[in-house]
Amino acid sequence: MLEFPRWKVWLVTLVVALGVFFSIPSLIAGTTLASKWPSWAPHAKINLGLDLAGGSHLLLEADARDALKTRLQSMEDSVATELRRSPRIEVGDISTAGGRLSFMVRNPTQVDAAVERLRTLTRPVAYTGNRDWDVTVVDSTRVVLAPTASGSAQALKDAMGVARDVVRRRIDPSGTKEITVITEGGNRILVEVPGVEDPEALKRLIGQTARLEFKLVDLNANPADVQQGRAPPGSQVLPMAEGGGFMAVQRRVMVSGEQLASARQGFDQDGRPTVDLVFNSTGARRFGRVTQENVNKPFAIILDDKILSAPNINEPILGGRAQISGNFTVQSANDLAVSLASGKLPVKLNVIEERTVSAELGRDSIHKGVIASIVGTLGVILFMLVTYGRFGVYATIALVVNAFLILAVMALFGATLTLPGIAGFILTIGAAVDANVLINERIREEIRRGRRLIDAVETGYREAFRAIFDANVTHVISASIMVYFGSGPVRGFAVVLLIGVVTSVFTAVYFTRMLVALWIRRARPRELHI
Amino acid sequence: MKLLKLVPDHTNIDFMRWRNLAVILSTLLTVASLAYTAYRGLNLGIDFVGGQVVRVEFNQPVHIEDLRARVAQLGVGEASIQALGNDRTYQVRLPRPPGAETAANQVVSKLRAAIPQQFPGARVDAGESVSGKVSEELASDGLKAIIFAMIGIALYIWFRFEWQFGVGALLTLAHDVSMTLGFFAFTQLPVDLNVVAALLTIVGYSLNDTVVIYDRIRENLRKYRKMAILPLLNLSLNETLARTVVTSLTVLIALAVLMAIGPEVIFGLAIAIFLGVLIGTYSSIYISAPVLVWLGVTPHSFLKTEDKDSPEAQTA
Repeated sequence: MLEFPRWKVWLVTLVVALGVFFSIPSLIAGTTLASKWPSWAPHAKINLGLDLAGGSHLLLEADARDALKTRLQSMEDSVATELRRSPRIEVGDISTAGGRLSFMVRNPTQVDAAVERLRTLTRPVAYTGNRDWDVTVVDSTRVVLAPTASGSAQALKDAMGVARDVVRRRIDPSGTKEITVITEGGNRILVEVPGVEDPEALKRLIGQTARLEFKLVDLNANPADVQQGRAPPGSQVLPMAEGGGFMAVQRRVMVSGEQLASARQGFDQDGRPTVDLVFNSTGARRFGRVTQENVNKPFAIILDDKILSAPNINEPILGGRAQISGNFTVQSANDLAVSLASGKLPVKLNVIEERTVSAELGRDSIHKGVIASIVGTLGVILFMLVTYGRFGVYATIALVVNAFLILAVMALFGATLTLPGIAGFILTIGAAVDANVLINERIREEIRRGRRLIDAVETGYREAFRAIFDANVTHVISASIMVYFGSGPVRGFAVVLLIGVVTSVFTAVYFTRMLVALWIRRARPRELHI
Repeated sequence: MKLLKLVPDHTNIDFMRWRNLAVILSTLLTVASLAYTAYRGLNLGIDFVGGQVVRVEFNQPVHIEDLRARVAQLGVGEASIQALGNDRTYQVRLPRPPGAETAANQVVSKLRAAIPQQFPGARVDAGESVSGKVSEELASDGLKAIIFAMIGIALYIWFRFEWQFGVGALLTLAHDVSMTLGFFAFTQLPVDLNVVAALLTIVGYSLNDTVVIYDRIRENLRKYRKMAILPLLNLSLNETLARTVVTSLTVLIALAVLMAIGPEVIFGLAIAIFLGVLIGTYSSIYISAPVLVWLGVTPHSFLKTEDKDSPEAQTA
């Protein structure tokens, strides 16, 4: 017990000093002292959760049905393009019924060739041995292309990865904000944006798929048929974005949003908001060719399967620039420009959970939480002092050191402090002294049994440690389960508890033992007042 | 300086004398709590049933009926409005609208836009919307977490002590959790995610107390081989009584401060843990210990595995 070698004393002192040192950046954050903190010193500090810092938390879920539909559509386009390639294979209408593509091959001798070509469009799915689409022939002339389960799963996974990046670019085009965008559980994206108190703007940006397509208007379609939703082969009927009504356009996509170099909000000659587009080199070339070949014909601008407008091509547009006008406000034009520039979302996302806290409320919570922490700690300290005297002082020093260590560990791991985390902090302060209570009560007991002072202290620490260890394991079990199952704030609470349990064993057992040992060695007391 | 001693040096309280009465009472209360919780139901927050909550701060006092009337005009369902401490801060809760998952979220958008229009100078301080799907997951995750924590801790106790102690721990935990639920059913305090965190903390804390007592029982079982089980339990409880009282008090002091002056958002969490500490202190004495009597714990329970060097173990 009294054998506390010098190097151990130095080691413990070093840990404590480091704890204080690493907790300083978190303590002075936001005050004027922060600027005086030397630049060579550590700057890692505790992140504040959205409930303390203010901000928006959104949980987005991919619309799986929409994802399948989009995948089917894009496959349909690829199939149509592939079969048109020379030597052309003539087929009937491509049906998308039942989530599968199927079509008749007009010339029965070409069935095998058609299957062969479609096979080239399918890809193996990693680790499964399956391909992403099954190509089969039914009734000797009908080719059926069905998505496989593993293919659909892989497609959704890929889509979520792209969607995550698109969401990030839309919310933070400059890439400078401290936002969190992560995929969760296969088909969800968690978005956390500190400082944003109006999540409506975020939702507007994320809510748009922003699939931009330019298609030629089908002038041969019978207007009466179009209003009933029927279009000639190779064309489709789409609704107008404004004012209702429908229009038939050719299925073939002439130019799409993927060939954009940039998009920004602008104004037309009359001062109305527009979205100004600049195509990349392929896009510009194709745009130039299509407009050259179709002068004086209407060109439909389609956003998310709605026709924004169908202006007439007055002259070939060769510069690779275009302007979309519609019924825009500056805000909606700007949102669309940001959405287009960040690329289309591969899958539609729905908001299934939203939590927003204003910065004022967050500040208020921090203020009240800090005051409650200080008062609570003082209460516990006072109680320990009147109960255990000198040993209460040691417990108090351990408590304060523990508070620094918790902050330091949280800062080093980049942990997030939430409002329930503050409660966890206060609770840890209350529970951490339990170890000292156990030790001190045991020492009292051993003294009552007539043990000599040093012997009593030694036995007290040794015998109490077993119970302290087992009791702390129960805390670790329940806190770990909270970390695993809990979401956001609850996890923040559990993280503080977990860190607090570990650091409190160090401070309450090891650190106080050192203090007691040093005191006994120096003062050589004859009796213990405990 | 005279030090404070809440528990005198040599207590000799016959705790086990009332063990049958205490266990019958606890069983009745546990069953009553569960039955009442099932009958009355918990006041589940939007975390667990879905819906939306908006917290509004007005720059002047607003009458609750006035606010209720204006919210009703929006046609977003039956709002439940609650004042938060004063007549300028209110919480408006709306039920989950029927229809698609996305509908719920649009209601919050509507409310967020409408309130500042109706009451100039009002500020929406916080808004939450949870869809049915997410709330179902949160509820099932919360339930799973509590059950897994109870089983995990009981298994650990079994591993560290003996199976009788594991059973005792599990029963103690079931008692504490049921009683806390009964309290929430009785007071109809809202149950949100924080309360689940509180229940898990109670699970950890209550066992903390039980473990300390079990540790002492184990020690005494080895020390006094010939002592009958009841006096031995009483001795162990008396020996640890001072620690039980002091630790419970420190935790209660910290929590009382949190309840009194802490942020009101975590009031539910604080009061649940406060109550759980009281219940846990009681149950570690009157549930954990008596269970050992019925399950037939004797000094021999520890001989085979742990005291290999002792003569008794070699002959056994």
